[in-house]
Amino acid sequence: MAEEWKGVFEKIDDYRWLLPKKEGMRVPGLIYTNEKMLQHLRMDRTPVQVANVAYLPGIVDKSMAMPDIHWGYGFPIGGVAGMDVASGGVISPGGVGYDINCGVRLLRTNLKEKDVRPKLHDLISALFVAIPSGVGSKGRIKISTQEVMEVLEKGSQWAIKKGYGLAEDALHTEEKGSMEGADATKVGQRALERGRPQLGTLGAGNHFLEIQIVEEIYDEEIARVFDIFPGQITVMIHTGSRGLGYQICDDYLRVMGNAVRKYNISLPDRQLACAPVKSEEGQNYLKAMKCAANYAWANRQCIMHWTRETFERVLKVGPKDLGMVLIYDVAHNIAKIEDHLVEGKKRTLCIHRKGATRAFPVGHPDVPEDYKGVGQPVIIPGTMGSASYVLVGTERAMQETWGSTCHGAGRVMSRTKALHMIRGEQLQRELGEKGIVIRAKGYKTLAEEAPSAYKDVNEVVDVCHNAGISKKVARMRPIGVMKG
Amino acid sequence: MKKFEVIEHTADMGIKAYGKDLAELFINAAYGMASLITDLEKVNPKDSEDISLEAENKEELLVSWLNEIIYLSASQSMLFSKFEVSEIDERRLKAKIFGEELDITRHQIETEFKAATYHRLKISNSTLPEGVLQAEIIFDI
Repeated sequence: MAEEWKGVFEKIDDYRWLLPKKEGMRVPGLIYTNEKMLQHLRMDRTPVQVANVAYLPGIVDKSMAMPDIHWGYGFPIGGVAGMDVASGGVISPGGVGYDINCGVRLLRTNLKEKDVRPKLHDLISALFVAIPSGVGSKGRIKISTQEVMEVLEKGSQWAIKKGYGLAEDALHTEEKGSMEGADATKVGQRALERGRPQLGTLGAGNHFLEIQIVEEIYDEEIARVFDIFPGQITVMIHTGSRGLGYQICDDYLRVMGNAVRKYNISLPDRQLACAPVKSEEGQNYLKAMKCAANYAWANRQCIMHWTRETFERVLKVGPKDLGMVLIYDVAHNIAKIEDHLVEGKKRTLCIHRKGATRAFPVGHPDVPEDYKGVGQPVIIPGTMGSASYVLVGTERAMQETWGSTCHGAGRVMSRTKALHMIRGEQLQRELGEKGIVIRAKGYKTLAEEAPSAYKDVNEVVDVCHNAGISKKVARMRPIGVMKG
Repeated sequence: MKKFEVIEHTADMGIKAYGKDLAELFINAAYGMASLITDLEKVNPKDSEDISLEAENKEELLVSWLNEIIYLSASQSMLFSKFEVSEIDERRLKAKIFGEELDITRHQIETEFKAATYHRLKISNSTLPEGVLQAEIIFDI
């Protein structure tokens, strides 16, 4: 299945490789990577997926891939593509994925390692009780279908109104945690049914909650603005829109299958099914996708609230001393209507970020007021044994990648292979010896998500930094991990 | 004849299912998926659900079938271990699936399946003995 790709990459510089345009492709491909990681890409069909995205109607400039790129289904994971709305550009549910607005938020604290280390086991256990996790987990929040519709249209704003967090949390969330134009009537009954019991759940797979220590600061001035300092405890929450998002994606892929026939769009892969952004099908999907994005923001908002409560209770500190402030929350799987310069002219594009993060620069109107002078924080989760990063967006990202950068380490090893090679119990012991406390619902998830199954996150981030599409601010290492 | 095999995929998971006809292919694909979700020996097929689906072609019908099972499983907290297809052509399917409610004291969930995807999906004649159908399905997990 994983046959080697034998095509040609043209090296532009040490961090950029061009995938030349061939028949069917409307634009060339562009991969951000280095010499070493490039060799990995040849091992499966990833380059073909970059090329396939270039077939989509309305795509402008290039079909791009971030350095954490790996083989997905349809779009590659790490894919970024902008479609010109005015000239028939399309929106593709496969370019967003099933876990719509899978994303991550980072919380700062006033704590240091000495405050947390003695109570680390208790903290992780208490978090496990406070935050439902695991496959098909059901939440603590009991709401009616009518209220789910309000969650879909209001996102974090709904959660904050209900007492899950503070008004200022929304200001440090992409889209203020509430995308405009979400219309819950475009979401099917099945999605509502799946979404109702799962609000406020972490889920399984690669989703996690991590307690971390700030290990290194690369830019002191920017770190000061984000209120990050060396030795500080941070918390990272990684989850998405759960069953609601999966169902919306599946429902609309069916709609798009018909749209492809109706609009006579020719595609190399059925999973890329799409419709013009301006069409009824495209608009309906966009409105439903925004609902799932809002649900995911509400989900992370509720989980953050319980995290604050748990820290306060276990460590016996008040909210003021804890200082658990949301630094920022970013989406990793999303489509956005944004204005960008294309060959010097302002165009409205539908930007697909499939396993990629928005990285807006200094002064951009969508960057929160208090961060305007430094740029939008970009939160990059690594693996449970390595490190995570805070970056900021740059002007170069705006010019080259529609204001986008990488989203994580990116897998190199299949789950099946990881299971053959790694034992969960042993991994837990080894990481424990390194001072990392890990609790998971099952050992299998641990083995599948082992650090060695991923690319080196440091290398991925360095490519983004050196290519200039984002800038390193701080690195954190995990000390406590909760896996679904 | 093999019912299915697991195929390697970097981020997700896939299966290659076999069958002498469409009905058997669909049953084996569902069985393959179900057996990656949990140990089917421990799932008592005492309750059932009826499924009736339509699609534009046999590939889309296969994805709809697998995603219907994922949906029923998620929305009703059920595990399914036995699959019967009573009527099928390239665009229509009638089936009955059997299982029981998830009981975390007895059942271990191995993998959460978000959805069956359409990626590279094709139902074709297999390289195995004459006339056998095969389909490769990539799941988002």
